[in-house]
Amino acid sequence: MSSFLFKVIESTRAAALSVKAHGFRSFLTTLGIIIGVTSVIAVVSVMQGLSGSITKQFDGMGTNVLNINSFTPKKERLQGQRAKLNYRDFLEIKYKVSGISNITPTVMAMGANAVAQYKGESTTTQVTGTGSSYQMLYGVYPEQGRFFNLSDDKSRRRVAVLGPSLIDKLEIKGEVLGQYLMIGGEWFKIIGVLEKRGKIFGFDQDDYILLPYSTTHALLGGAEEPDIMISMQVDDALQIDAIKQHISNLLRRNHNLVDDQGDDFKITTAEQMLETVNNITSTTTLVLSGVVGISLLVGGIGIMNIMLVSVTERTREIGIQKALGATRVDILLQFLIEAIFLCLIGGLIGLALGYGAGALVSHLVDLPAATVPGWAIALSLGFSAGVGIVFGIIPAAKAANLDPIDALRYE
Amino acid sequence: MPNLATEVSSSLGTTKQSKNEVIIALNKIAKRYEMGGEAFYALNHLDLKIYKNDYLAIIGPSGSGKSTLMNLLGCLDYPTSGEYVLKDKNVALMDESELAGIRNLEIGFIFQSFNLLPRATALQNVMQPLIYRGIGLKERKRQAEQTLTRVGLKDRMHHIPNQLSGGQRQRVAIARALVTNPSILLADEPTGNLDSSTTAEIMELFDELHRDGQTLIVVTHEQEIAARCHRVIRLNDGELVSDTFNNTVVSGKSEVVYV
Repeated sequence: MSSFLFKVIESTRAAALSVKAHGFRSFLTTLGIIIGVTSVIAVVSVMQGLSGSITKQFDGMGTNVLNINSFTPKKERLQGQRAKLNYRDFLEIKYKVSGISNITPTVMAMGANAVAQYKGESTTTQVTGTGSSYQMLYGVYPEQGRFFNLSDDKSRRRVAVLGPSLIDKLEIKGEVLGQYLMIGGEWFKIIGVLEKRGKIFGFDQDDYILLPYSTTHALLGGAEEPDIMISMQVDDALQIDAIKQHISNLLRRNHNLVDDQGDDFKITTAEQMLETVNNITSTTTLVLSGVVGISLLVGGIGIMNIMLVSVTERTREIGIQKALGATRVDILLQFLIEAIFLCLIGGLIGLALGYGAGALVSHLVDLPAATVPGWAIALSLGFSAGVGIVFGIIPAAKAANLDPIDALRYE
Repeated sequence: MPNLATEVSSSLGTTKQSKNEVIIALNKIAKRYEMGGEAFYALNHLDLKIYKNDYLAIIGPSGSGKSTLMNLLGCLDYPTSGEYVLKDKNVALMDESELAGIRNLEIGFIFQSFNLLPRATALQNVMQPLIYRGIGLKERKRQAEQTLTRVGLKDRMHHIPNQLSGGQRQRVAIARALVTNPSILLADEPTGNLDSSTTAEIMELFDELHRDGQTLIVVTHEQEIAARCHRVIRLNDGELVSDTFNNTVVSGKSEVVYV
């Protein structure tokens, strides 16, 4: 085995010399691999950075958070029916389900109510009414001022907590806290500004206003009861399924659903939501990797093509080597290792370029910083070497099988 | 006929020491080719013995089987039938990789067109056969440098073939053939691409190698080269037509001719 190792080392030395001797050609040969690996690493690094930052956001939520949304099956939606969750549902769960805490209703303001105005500046934003426990549930902390509390909610105080982007959008100058802005035609006092969360795919995560639930309810008016979302924390993670069942029974009874009717609501856990997001990112990664795999295949064919040309070109050299005592295995190894060597160099260059491209793209489209996971490095280098073996074996065998006399006579 | 050559050489043994050891024995060796459905023998059941420290020229017109014999002796080709014993091993029965090993260990090739690796320096060219022997880089380098010095190329070691003259290239090739310390040195028209003064230099080197005990086989069609060798065999149509010893060097003109 040590003699095999010796041959591998010598072949690698020869491959390095040969690659060096044909610098530009070698570069063109590996270009396919370089582009392939560059795209793999760029795609993977961007996706990994993205899913990493999403995971981090969910981490703040805690895994034992339950969300309840209304849910209308498509068929009924087409008939113009819409399921709703309302405040009664919220109260029902709050007082009848045990083992939960920080339960809070959340309501979105729509249309004119989602417009914020400040000194002539006006912007549409995401206006959400929620309880004071929202802070506990989602782990959001004010950077300035405070979050609203229970008494703000109880007395329907017109107070607002802003996402940091709104300060720029509304051009609020000087001390932000204590100033007033108009939302849906009513004046609200700014009591807090929340932490910055950044952008994902160019979507600003900080462009929102939080109001106390009761205040928002009043703002929306009584004409039509709004559809709300209910969030809560389960005290004991092991009880999650039992509590889900309890809530489900309660809501079904409240909504007068008969046995063969499906639920008109959906209970999701933070973990499920995280899973969904991860599924999306990993599917995207997989699909893109497939596309990129094809480009690696094309790159491999390029390598094979040049290696075949190179074998023909070096026929005489092969003849000389055979006359000097090179065995079939020596020649086979030499060309195979040269192909692998080329591919690995391409892979390494691609790795560097891909990381650069990923970082650049992340920077340009406001994605979280790109990260290259170890498995992607191992995979792309492994794949490059694999391409080298698969597409190098035919030229190498061709070289190894040359007849020494014919090869020596080759002009 | 079979043992005549032995007798002759033993009769000459008085002037040259220990010429009895047989290095190569060809026994009814034949090589048949088919061309356009017609078979012909490039070598027609040839018998030949080559002794240690022989200085042998193989001559003959083109198409006489010189190259075929050379390829067979060099273990580059298989005979159709017959026996080829090289240092007590029947080479005719060996497989390809064993033959490669024999070429590496026992045979040094020198070609008309030098056949150096074009992108490698003189030193790297001479080191090349040692790679197949599994010798490490340092030792390879030492041996190659030594051999290059021996052929007078001490200060040309790091030149690539393009930067060397024809004679220098052939010296590199000779160094490459010598570095493995082979049993036989096979030279195929070694001076065919050289001018007359370089030819003289190369033949001088061959004489020197012969004096040092090397066994040399030179395939040539030039009479002067053949005259320089101590034994000349002539081929025609795949048959051995003459086996001559010129003793010009030692004792003037004394020829023994066999047909």
